[in-house]
Amino acid sequence: MVERTPILNFFTHLILFVGFVFCVAPFVIVAVAASHNLKDVNDVPMSLLPGSDFWVNIKTAWTTTDLGPNLLNSFIMAFGVAAGKVIVSALTAFSIVYFRYPGRMLIFWLIFITLMLPLEVRIVPTYAVVANVLDPYQTIMDLTGLSWLIQKISGVQVQLSLGLLNSYSGLILPLVATATGTFLYRQFFLTVPDELTEAARMDGAGALRFFVDILLPLSRNNMAALGTIMFLWAWNQYLWPLLITTDQSHAMAVTELKQLIPNVGGAPEWHIAMAGTLIVMLPPLIVVVLMQRWFVRGLIATEK
Amino acid sequence: MEKRVTFGKWTIGILFAVPQLILIFTFFYWPAGQAVYWSLTLQQPWGGGNIWVGLDNFRSILANADYWNSITASLIFAGISTGLAMFIALVLAALTDRQLAGSWLYRVVLIWPYGIAAPALAMAFRFILAPEAGFMAFANHFWPGFWDPGLNGADAMASVIIAFSWKYVGYNFIFFLAAFQAIPRSLIEAAAMDGSGVIRRFWDIQFPLITPTIFFLLVINITESFQDSFGIVDIMTAGGPANATNLMVYKIYSDGFKGLDYSGAAAQSIILMLLIIALTIVQFRFIERRVHYR
Amino acid sequence: MASITIRGVKKNYAKTQVVHGVDLDFASGEFVVILGPSGCGKSTLLRMIAGLEEISDGTIAIDGAVVNKLEPRERGCAMVFQNYALYPHMSVAQNIGYSLKVAGVPAAERTQRIRAVARVLELEHLLDRKPMALSGGQRQRVAMGRAMIREPKVFLFDEPLSNLDAKLRVQMRSEIRKLHRRLSATSVFVTHDQVEAMTLADRLVVMNGGRVEQVGTPADVYSRPASRFVATFVGAPAMNMLEGEVVLDGLSLLGGSRKLNVSRTGLAVGSKVAVGIRPEAVRMVAPGTPGALAATVDLIEELGAGRVIYVDLDGASFSAVTSETVHPEPGSTVGLQFAESDLHFFSSETGARLDVFKASVPAPAPATL
Ligand SMILES: Nc1ncnc2c1ncn2[C@@H]1O[C@H](COP(=O)(O)OP(=O)(O)OP(=O)(O)O)[C@@H](O)[C@H]1O
Ligand SMILES: [Mg+2]
Repeated sequence: MVERTPILNFFTHLILFVGFVFCVAPFVIVAVAASHNLKDVNDVPMSLLPGSDFWVNIKTAWTTTDLGPNLLNSFIMAFGVAAGKVIVSALTAFSIVYFRYPGRMLIFWLIFITLMLPLEVRIVPTYAVVANVLDPYQTIMDLTGLSWLIQKISGVQVQLSLGLLNSYSGLILPLVATATGTFLYRQFFLTVPDELTEAARMDGAGALRFFVDILLPLSRNNMAALGTIMFLWAWNQYLWPLLITTDQSHAMAVTELKQLIPNVGGAPEWHIAMAGTLIVMLPPLIVVVLMQRWFVRGLIATEK
Repeated sequence: MEKRVTFGKWTIGILFAVPQLILIFTFFYWPAGQAVYWSLTLQQPWGGGNIWVGLDNFRSILANADYWNSITASLIFAGISTGLAMFIALVLAALTDRQLAGSWLYRVVLIWPYGIAAPALAMAFRFILAPEAGFMAFANHFWPGFWDPGLNGADAMASVIIAFSWKYVGYNFIFFLAAFQAIPRSLIEAAAMDGSGVIRRFWDIQFPLITPTIFFLLVINITESFQDSFGIVDIMTAGGPANATNLMVYKIYSDGFKGLDYSGAAAQSIILMLLIIALTIVQFRFIERRVHYR
Repeated sequence: MASITIRGVKKNYAKTQVVHGVDLDFASGEFVVILGPSGCGKSTLLRMIAGLEEISDGTIAIDGAVVNKLEPRERGCAMVFQNYALYPHMSVAQNIGYSLKVAGVPAAERTQRIRAVARVLELEHLLDRKPMALSGGQRQRVAMGRAMIREPKVFLFDEPLSNLDAKLRVQMRSEIRKLHRRLSATSVFVTHDQVEAMTLADRLVVMNGGRVEQVGTPADVYSRPASRFVATFVGAPAMNMLEGEVVLDGLSLLGGSRKLNVSRTGLAVGSKVAVGIRPEAVRMVAPGTPGALAATVDLIEELGAGRVIYVDLDGASFSAVTSETVHPEPGSTVGLQFAESDLHFFSSETGARLDVFKASVPAPAPATL
């Protein structure tokens, strides 16, 4: 369109540029602070020219907080959650979209409702469940008299117990147990032409075959988008890992960051803290930059 | 919407849903039910099961000034940070959508903050806003006592709001930009042919067409401000000073896991759940509106 | 090669019935076209044969064996879909060979058969492409190949040509015909395009509102339409239909404004009929010619080879196809003439064809005009 709006254009550029600066500044400040030594970082005002201690600080941060193993834990958890979501949601969506069975709508709603309540608000009881995941089943058996019956018949006292605190499963499974991905797949499956299903059936494919040979390959884009979003989401989890991992060897990078907050009265070691922050920020930032297309797409598609 | 073509063997179909059903039963419905149970009972100090106390837990929470303080703080936090994050994002998205030279840069960069973990950005902002070291120290140098989130509740609240808004500007930006770009080009061109200028077009055409997105984001932002704030608060202020930033989720955490008051924490959880469910229902109503728009 | 027997087949969706009891017999090797307006249940019928839709009532038998309860893959049918339904993530070769893969045919044999089919359809150079990178005609051929490779007993086509442009459609039409001659498998082809139907069919099934209106050769259907619906649906421009009533000495048309002398009626005075005349059977003569109906020209459509003249007959629209050099102006008056043998009569109540009387050349209307 031919349009001459020089003043407006000037302000457009100006405002966008200010927005850009505010957006990038924290990243820059963190990186610069991470390169100073103890004295320079506490200078008022701090110099925005990079100092020379970058690698030293990174190393210090890395070793004081065990970042190596913690980053690995974070990766395992984030991958686990992303993979779990990508797979479990696809299965469920396939079931709700491609089959008609009694109670289908009930299942649909049961899953749908989980969208409403994030883990954070039901954190206390979820923690109790993870402490012994089989507790729900034990309680049900006790209440229904099933345990009593089994004990009567076989003499075995039913004691189901499986603690998942300080375990990857305990970290990952509760995070997988929501419906985010299910509805993304559902929306997509509904757009897959019926003729494709019919053609596959005429070609002799059954449900499983259709799912594996046709539906999943067609869903690749959605899987990438969902995987990206879920990876980031899981990586950035804080409260849940904080509770579940009391044991240092299972700690996440994000939760360990807290250790780097300078103590009141101690030396204000912000350079080390910022170096640690930078390390923890970097993996998700790289994912966002490299997978931007999928990230944006996943974000828009999962929030409906 | 329903499929015309389905597979006959529905017993197999149910099997596909079983993994998710087990997961949500174990980690969602059971805990949610448990929360209700705990909120209505009291754990006896010496063990030996819970005793039924009806709505007593709710009564004692609602009679507690600390709790009301937490609700007030949460609402202030939600209101200001949502307003801030949405307004800035709307302006930036509208300007980026003008597609002037270099707009690709903003499109790429402005969403970075959303990728960052709340605690990490909280750490960054704790440093940036630190009264003794960072840039606010400069301000304090000229006006001593101007800024101290460690002692002044309002300053602390401002800090967490800034950190949260910074992250959610990126999030809102993505949705606003997508909404702007979904407006058919021909509509804008038609308005231009009708003699409407850039700003006029924004108010007459673009803004009305994205109101559904505004409502949608409003609800999402408020909901997220209840949840995603935990990491920020924990790193930046730990609820202080003097409970000024003791937001609802943070209070549940500290009462439940630090104070070991499961029943009180459960009752608080239930109230928060109800709040979020109410918001979600509002959101569905708007989503319906959104569908009608298109 | 297989015969298909359809007996009393009905289809209900929840409350609405969309196919109301269909009986049909398709002989082995026959090319049958099912023609009907949109929504008449053609696809539904075809899909019931394929096994993609449950049969609510009645039976369908292929080669004498009832297939009602068999899955699509067990019926030996192959289907070509309107939008081709090619798997977008598979190459042409994979698309064509998918049914063999599902059936567990070894890779070597599969490749060989894919090649053979591709050769027939001239797709050999495209085997590695994805459907996205093909033209409409090529996609169409891949869809055909996918059906052919299984060497099915029955080919089912659901409007496979309707997404192609006019020229390609004509070309694919003759290719399908040739292919049928070569494979001579029983084929059922659904379309709402009557030219397609007329040119392809050994036998034509005309459907309307979930019922079969007529079964016959294309020539049959054209020259002796079994119902008023078939008469107006088959043929373009559509057959002219004039409402009439049996009177003592013939028929009164258009509410009495025109009259037709008929030689003999077997119907009671006062019964309502519809009189049909194909536009091609109408001759244009000078106005005032004895025995011609006078009418006012409304609109002229140039077809190149001829012309369609739309005239107004006391408020009723009437058309004539003419290749004569008459050049009537819109608004002018012309005379219309037709032979008695070209008239078709249908019952006004049931729409069924009436063969009970012959009409004479129309006489000018009496003074009551
Ligand atoms: N799942 C369904 N539920 C209810 N009614 C249906 C369903 N599928 C089809 N119908 C109805 O059945 C009738 C026949 O549909 P069908 O697809 O067989 O028509 P068709 O003759 O193939 O038309 P077209 O030429 O448009 O393809 C239509 O009136 C349609 O509305
Ligand atoms: Mg159809």
